[in-house]
Amino acid sequence: MTVTPIAQVPVAEKLTAPAAAKKTLTSPWASLAAFVIAVFWTVPTAGLLISSFRPEHDVKTTGWWHIFTHPSFTFENYRTVFSGTGETGLFPFIVNSIAITVPAVIIPIFLATMAAYAFAWMRFPGKDLLFIMIFALQIVPIQVTLVPLLNLYVKLGLQGQDAPAGGFYSLWLSHTMFALPLAIFLLHNFMREIPGELIESARMDGATHVQIFLRVIFPLMMPAMAAFGILQFLWVWNDLLVALVFGGFKIYPINAQLAALAGTRGSDWHLLASGAFVSLIIPLIVFLSLQRFFVRGLLAGSVKG
Amino acid sequence: MSTGEKLLQALIVVAIFFAVVTLILTLTSRVRSRAGELIQSMAFVLPAVGLVGVGLLYPAINSINLSLKDKYSTKYVGFDNYKTIFTDADLLRVLGNTALWVVVTPIVATLIGLIYAVLTDHARFERTAKAIIFLPMAISLVGASLIWKFVYDDRIGLLNAFTDTVGLGRHHWLINSPWNNIWLIVILIWVQAGFAMTVLSASIKAIPTDIIEAAKLDGVGGLKMFRFITVPSIRPTLIVVLTTITITTLKAFDIVRQTTGGNYKTSVLSYEYYRQSFQSANWGLGSALAVLIFVLVLPVVIYNIRQMRKLEAR
Repeated sequence: MTVTPIAQVPVAEKLTAPAAAKKTLTSPWASLAAFVIAVFWTVPTAGLLISSFRPEHDVKTTGWWHIFTHPSFTFENYRTVFSGTGETGLFPFIVNSIAITVPAVIIPIFLATMAAYAFAWMRFPGKDLLFIMIFALQIVPIQVTLVPLLNLYVKLGLQGQDAPAGGFYSLWLSHTMFALPLAIFLLHNFMREIPGELIESARMDGATHVQIFLRVIFPLMMPAMAAFGILQFLWVWNDLLVALVFGGFKIYPINAQLAALAGTRGSDWHLLASGAFVSLIIPLIVFLSLQRFFVRGLLAGSVKG
Repeated sequence: MSTGEKLLQALIVVAIFFAVVTLILTLTSRVRSRAGELIQSMAFVLPAVGLVGVGLLYPAINSINLSLKDKYSTKYVGFDNYKTIFTDADLLRVLGNTALWVVVTPIVATLIGLIYAVLTDHARFERTAKAIIFLPMAISLVGASLIWKFVYDDRIGLLNAFTDTVGLGRHHWLINSPWNNIWLIVILIWVQAGFAMTVLSASIKAIPTDIIEAAKLDGVGGLKMFRFITVPSIRPTLIVVLTTITITTLKAFDIVRQTTGGNYKTSVLSYEYYRQSFQSANWGLGSALAVLIFVLVLPVVIYNIRQMRKLEAR
């Protein structure tokens, strides 16, 4: 780099490009624009939250903002949602969501880390071709796979209430299979950043691949695995399509049950509001507490570097 | 099944998984012959490759086959299902709606994300301000649709209360075509803008300061800085964001299902695929619609990946 006279010019303040742009944009209009966007993004959710605490009659007859003029609070909606029986009691479905999500996050991450290790640090014939194929399969939308997979699961006896584990296997398998291409690709990117000498020297010392994988790679890959884990958690927790196609009413995750309730009990706004809030608070908590990992993963996936 | 039993089953499958993996890895790591490395690498890579083959490759090929068969997959009908998609009046409207979604959602979501990222950069409450836009990303599309029902509802919705107050009257927002499509698109924009904002914000912060300093010496500032420095510097990221949201839009069926159920002329390709395949049990037409989604997604993904490669090379 050539030394430009910039250093001598008395630049009063170091501004980044957007900051400079903002300086002029920080007219009242610009602040107003940012404010309007922020309001637009908050008010709908606030409406849901407030509605979930209003009594049934109020929710059904007046808009949620009436709470400011006619305050009335109740926990009754949440009580129904948690302890109710039948389709309005959502607790069993939250349990379903957990039972679906835990294996559907752990298993693909572990499998993908193994595969990524092999693609990055092992030698075998056809490695590049195989990697490109897996990479290319990212483009397959899951819509293309559902009907043939459903047929396959039925043939294997994994589908339906009487299947082993009440039919959970088809959900676990599907989520695992759909996650693998992206997981292998993302984790491989991280894996390549580990210095090769580390693995080479371990090999020299007579360590097997399994030992290297478990003792050297695994700890180093933790942040990357966490990043992908959050992506996968959100994907599985918030999934509707896979749950509807492969799940039955008894193993529906909360999201699918909520979708069903909105159809059958569409006028029970008070229950829908509290139910929706319960279903979205869990991913929100996970998301907020692990945000820094998530942003890293997100960027690795779309704007690495 | 009881609560405890379900959670137990989840633990069992994880335990089985790790037992099998441990067994395979231990057995293969004992092989010391020349074939050892090959066998070990297969142990690492084959489980994933096998699952991807069964879960993605085989079904994709099978779907193409199904799309050439009739409703019950009994006999081949050539390209009849595809012909139906491009001639049937309802399905043509579905294609038109899909085009609207695919054009409007990525552009508006990215634009809002970009503007917001610039406006809040180095602002006093940057973290909070960004979290507000960011949070809908963690919400399911079912949840988002329910949230927006409280906006669009005829009687208790916020939008009607607003338009009524300012003298624009009350409307059936989700019923009156073609505008109802736009109101549904707004929901997806609301969810996706956070993704655009997050990725673009990181990219904006990475613009080298010497470029900016130089531009400032030349007297560039304000909107010009935005137009001629900020935007060109993050162009590759902008394209990645646009294409990623395009792909998401093509596949999202939840919003249409939860709000209008595809009625009132609001159906889109992904929803029609779901309806034909799993409600009308028309596997021929359903598979043809799935293949069409595949074909539409294909060029976007390839372009997206090539842009990402460019980003990495920089």
